[in-house]
Amino acid sequence: MANLNLVQAINLALIQEMERDERVLLLGEDVGINGGVFRVTEGLQARFGARRVVDTPLAESGIIGTSIGLAMGGLRPVPEIQFEGFLGPAYDQICSHAARMRTRTRSAFTVPLTIRVPVGGGIHAPELHSDSPEAIYAHQPGIKVVMPSSPYDAKGLLISAIRDPDPVIYFEPKRIYRAFREEVPEDEYTIPIGKARLVCEGTDLTIVSWGSSVIQCMQAIEKSNRSIELIDLRTIYPMDIDAVTESVRKTGRCVVVHEAPRTCGLGAEVAATIMEHCFLHLEAPVQRVSGFDTIMPYYKLELSYMPDASRIGGAIEDALTF
Amino acid sequence: MCVRALNAPRYTSVMPIQTVFKAEIERISILDEHCQFDEKLGAGLIPDEDLVRLYEAMSSCRYLDEVAFKLQRSGRMGTYPQNMGQEATSLGAAYALRGDDWLVTCYRENCGLFWRGVPMESILLHWMGDERGNAMPAAHYATPIAVPIGTQMLHATGLAWASKYRGESRIACTFFGDGASSEGDFHEAANFAANLDIPVVFCCQSNSWAISVPQRIQCSAPTVAQRGIAYGMPCMQVDGNDIFACVYAVKNAAARARESSRPTFIEMVTYRLGDHTTADDARRYRDQAEVDLWKLRDPLLRTRKLLEAKRLWDSSKEDAMRQRIEVTVNAAVARAEEIAAPPTSDVFDHTFAQLPPDLVRQRDSLQTHSLAGEQAVHTEGH
Repeated sequence: MANLNLVQAINLALIQEMERDERVLLLGEDVGINGGVFRVTEGLQARFGARRVVDTPLAESGIIGTSIGLAMGGLRPVPEIQFEGFLGPAYDQICSHAARMRTRTRSAFTVPLTIRVPVGGGIHAPELHSDSPEAIYAHQPGIKVVMPSSPYDAKGLLISAIRDPDPVIYFEPKRIYRAFREEVPEDEYTIPIGKARLVCEGTDLTIVSWGSSVIQCMQAIEKSNRSIELIDLRTIYPMDIDAVTESVRKTGRCVVVHEAPRTCGLGAEVAATIMEHCFLHLEAPVQRVSGFDTIMPYYKLELSYMPDASRIGGAIEDALTF
Repeated sequence: MCVRALNAPRYTSVMPIQTVFKAEIERISILDEHCQFDEKLGAGLIPDEDLVRLYEAMSSCRYLDEVAFKLQRSGRMGTYPQNMGQEATSLGAAYALRGDDWLVTCYRENCGLFWRGVPMESILLHWMGDERGNAMPAAHYATPIAVPIGTQMLHATGLAWASKYRGESRIACTFFGDGASSEGDFHEAANFAANLDIPVVFCCQSNSWAISVPQRIQCSAPTVAQRGIAYGMPCMQVDGNDIFACVYAVKNAAARARESSRPTFIEMVTYRLGDHTTADDARRYRDQAEVDLWKLRDPLLRTRKLLEAKRLWDSSKEDAMRQRIEVTVNAAVARAEEIAAPPTSDVFDHTFAQLPPDLVRQRDSLQTHSLAGEQAVHTEGH
């Protein structure tokens, strides 16, 4: 057992999977000697060699497209896209090929691929380095999308993603890369894809969130004197509908919190799912606390854009007093 | 002072501009449209008995094209892209490659795929709107037909990389058009292969037209081949209607890939004799005179002439072959048409290795016409 931050937990998971399975290789921009711009792959090239930790040309579509070929060829590539804003050039390969290869070939070809992508705002990064595009990829059939909110989950989810027989986008909330540490077992364990985590139990209201927003939700709960249940989805797609609906049937009220813009954000999906499954249990409309339908601002204003404990607290009050 | 002296400008009258790099593009032609045969390059390249088989393969592919066109026009098949005129390119590659080298094609490489053993009914089934046509058996080392233009070359690079990673001698050969060479993924695939030493053979089917857009809009350089120069890879142009030239170029490129893990770029100059697909009408944008000129350069025509000159072929053999081909193709059509539509559950069952619970629910809703579980929720609620 070691006390690790999220970066270290991911690094440990990569080491253990690479040691366990020769088919696992890492590729991307600066993942080699530089250890990635966030140092997530620090020391891995020295440990496993340039054959298994590969610095590629600067081309996101190339990174994902060749990774698809590597996966079709029987390997387990773990490409890194440096920031979520750079996923755009790779969108075609992800959605036109990685997502479709299994269905297009009736499973003759599969793409066991884990795309690691730092995600979200809150680190004073330049333009196009702070977006939250998880709903875009959750909307694309054929891809799984996960986003841990703690070092413990980060390790277990990454191991599941690498071992998954289908493409997984593994979003790493950069705001909490080094925000806190927790005990992360050295021993091998997995967090199943598609299973949410009950962060804390409560009876008055359910908060559903994921990624770094989970931390803001915990702060809001600490400030509240009500009994609030917090669910961290951990997996964006396939969403753990049972965990959400079970909780909302119990509490009758729900607030969904995410950094991404509101329109067609995953909050809309969560709200619709609750309406379909828990309509007669609801005491108030589902509240959404999210980013806005604007371009993510430059960093001077980013904290105003991102949900914080105060905005979450307001939504909690709205739901409780409806 | 010494430092100052070093930094002081020195004026000279002569500072010639140097040439740091020069390049030439070779064009390879072994059997030309006038049936002239280069004995030096062509010697021993394709044994006679193989040439007969290659001619039959091209003829058979051509006949399938004719039948497929009629199937589409009579409503028995969806949109279909004819291969007519381009048979020699992929066939030459498939013949030159090892049977277990990856063949990563787009959708005008039927001839090479059939040579590999991909059944005709698979291709028909695919264009009949059935994914099972793309379920390429592992033994053929052929990737599925790729409709997204100019994207599959990256997969070839990845597949060849996977082989290299495992220490295998298998390489990859990929096909795309001159239009696709405008796509960014072409550049990225070539750049990755060249810079990471990945054994790929890039074959550009330079067929003059990307639907209605002429090659001049894709590439204003004298050749598409010279694009390879920018990646530091050997590149050349071949007569793509010359089965010998295609075999020659791919054979050499494959040897280079296997021996030194270096990629090659081959521009195969050919011509799309048919429309882009059955949904297209090429008369809208190109002259018949141009088509007629290219009909004289047909790869089948010159191969047959050579066979006849070698006394390996005559009209009775042609008639007998035609009968064989008709039987084969018609049987493939019959088999493809006999395959019933898959169950609706097939829409779901290949989305993931294991279906998530909500997809199971959606799949079942196709049978019950309501979202299962919904009723239970309502009952419980009341």
